Amino acid sequence: MLRFLLTRLSLIVPTFIGMTLVAFFLIRLVPGDPIETLAGERGIDATRHALLLKEYGLDRPVLVQYGIYIGRVLQGDLGKSIITHEPVLNEFLALFPATIELALCAILFALVLGIPAGILAAVKRNSVLDHGVMGVSLTGYSMPIFWWGLLLILLFSVQLDLTPVSGRIAFTYFIEPVTGFLLLDTLLAGNKAAFWSAATHLILPTIVLGTNPLAVIARMTRSAMLEVLGEDYIRTARAKGLSNLRVVALHALRNALIPVVTVIGLQVGVLFTGAILTETIFSWPGVGKWMIEAIGRRDYPVLQGGMLLLGIIVMSVNLLVDVTYGMINPKVRH
Amino acid sequence: MTTALIRNAAAAEPPRPLREFWSYFSANRGALAGLLIVALVLLLAALAPLIAPFAPDLTDPAVFLKPPAWQAGGSSAHWLGTDAIGRDIVSRLIHGARLSLAIGLAVVALSVVVGTVLGLTAGYFRGVFEIAVMRLMDIILTLPSLLLAIVIVAILGPGLMNAMLAVAVVVLPHYVRITRAAVIGEMAKDYVTAARMNGASHLRLMFNEVLPNCLAPLIVQASLGISTAILDAAALGFLGLGAQPPSPEWGTMLADAREFVMRAWWVVTFPGLAILITVLAFNLLGDGLRDAFDPKLKR
Repeated sequence: MLRFLLTRLSLIVPTFIGMTLVAFFLIRLVPGDPIETLAGERGIDATRHALLLKEYGLDRPVLVQYGIYIGRVLQGDLGKSIITHEPVLNEFLALFPATIELALCAILFALVLGIPAGILAAVKRNSVLDHGVMGVSLTGYSMPIFWWGLLLILLFSVQLDLTPVSGRIAFTYFIEPVTGFLLLDTLLAGNKAAFWSAATHLILPTIVLGTNPLAVIARMTRSAMLEVLGEDYIRTARAKGLSNLRVVALHALRNALIPVVTVIGLQVGVLFTGAILTETIFSWPGVGKWMIEAIGRRDYPVLQGGMLLLGIIVMSVNLLVDVTYGMINPKVRH
Repeated sequence: MTTALIRNAAAAEPPRPLREFWSYFSANRGALAGLLIVALVLLLAALAPLIAPFAPDLTDPAVFLKPPAWQAGGSSAHWLGTDAIGRDIVSRLIHGARLSLAIGLAVVALSVVVGTVLGLTAGYFRGVFEIAVMRLMDIILTLPSLLLAIVIVAILGPGLMNAMLAVAVVVLPHYVRITRAAVIGEMAKDYVTAARMNGASHLRLMFNEVLPNCLAPLIVQASLGISTAILDAAALGFLGLGAQPPSPEWGTMLADAREFVMRAWWVVTFPGLAILITVLAFNLLGDGLRDAFDPKLKR
């Protein structure tokens, strides 16, 4: 087990170095030199240009620059935003809870609907129900979620006037951030109306972001269940006279969930990708919207830092899933 | 007696892989529907200038935001209505089909060619080269796909070409991985050893012997990849990073339509529906191909 853990851990080192390389060199592909980009349209005179070049270490060889960059990254220094002059890490940490809250709600939504749907489809194999679930799942998988969001706004916000169009909470409430999750913070503040406002703001973004994972989880649960239901020990359990519910819920589901859990872990990247679009549609103040806005402002340190941070988070979650999977299933270790 | 029967049957029915493939494929109704829709979209795209009632960028101040024909205030001239500057939505959607298909095909062609060459050489030569290539692919896979594409486009500058390039980079690892895995599997087989003993060169071994036997999973991935490419390129268009207005690319049309979500449902609904139907069709087709190529895996 220790050996397995160490190999997995050692594998992330090259991935991490590679990610910093990608982040470092991508930014250097920007046409023009970084000082001119920083100066923007105001322009800059030659002496100040040379001074800044030295100050930022841009007159050193590229490899040295990369060394300095990686040293700073390891100390948590990801540079400052060109626009706000705030450290990128601080901005990221301030906005990240909003993205996490949305992502957690979305994955919960996907699990609560996806797993039962997958089980039902597998148990009632080849029935109308099965075809229905698989059809809906394939549609969800093919869904352009940016359009899906607009459609839901059209239906629930514009036509039925049930949900708010954008934001995290109505402007009239001010909630002191404790956890950064508004659902919790409003409850901690004991403000029921604010909690309700936050919850209604969450509904549509949750559905939109949860749609792709829902489709994947339903499909995965179905195929894992089908595989398990054909096993000998299921036949044994049935032969013992156990009820169908007991066989499905206790014997089959437990084993079918292993691959499903892995798939959930691998959905993290999908969730962040989806969050970029979802946050843009619903003006959700998270890191996805922050990065899209950074493009418009040509705020390259934000783009670079945000990409690296999200990459590291996805990498860590993948590692966690890998290790957990190795603990559950000893076969993978070797 | 039985052997004779079998021999007779075999003589009467020589193996026909294509026919067998089709019999599996056509048994899958979803796959057939997918194929039909893909063919239809192809036809629309090919004949766009003949079918579309108007030019895609023809504006008409007389018909701003006209609703579809069946709604009050709609006109039969503009079947699905018009957008904010009086352009006919049907015409734009039909011309948009050209763009979306071109994007899907170009992205997949680029990533299949590059991915196959990388995967083939990695699986054939192994060693340091393989490790370097596969590590790089792992890194690309670790970064959230759209995020990486967004950053690439943000740096190269928005536009259809750069968006296609970015999406091609992002989907590349899938093709490299599939090809490498298939190549490693094939390399151990006897026919490769036989060819090598006959003195076949590296190039001949790679492209003439091994590659043709690795094609099935690549074809499946490519047909599924077209849908991913269309979806990702549309997302970039929606974010203002892909095709630029007035291009009738479906994602770009949606970006334009966003501000009218409150008063003109049709400008928002139809471009997205076009994306959904096309992507769904390619996914159905891809699933059908996978099942038909590998009947053992069939449910």
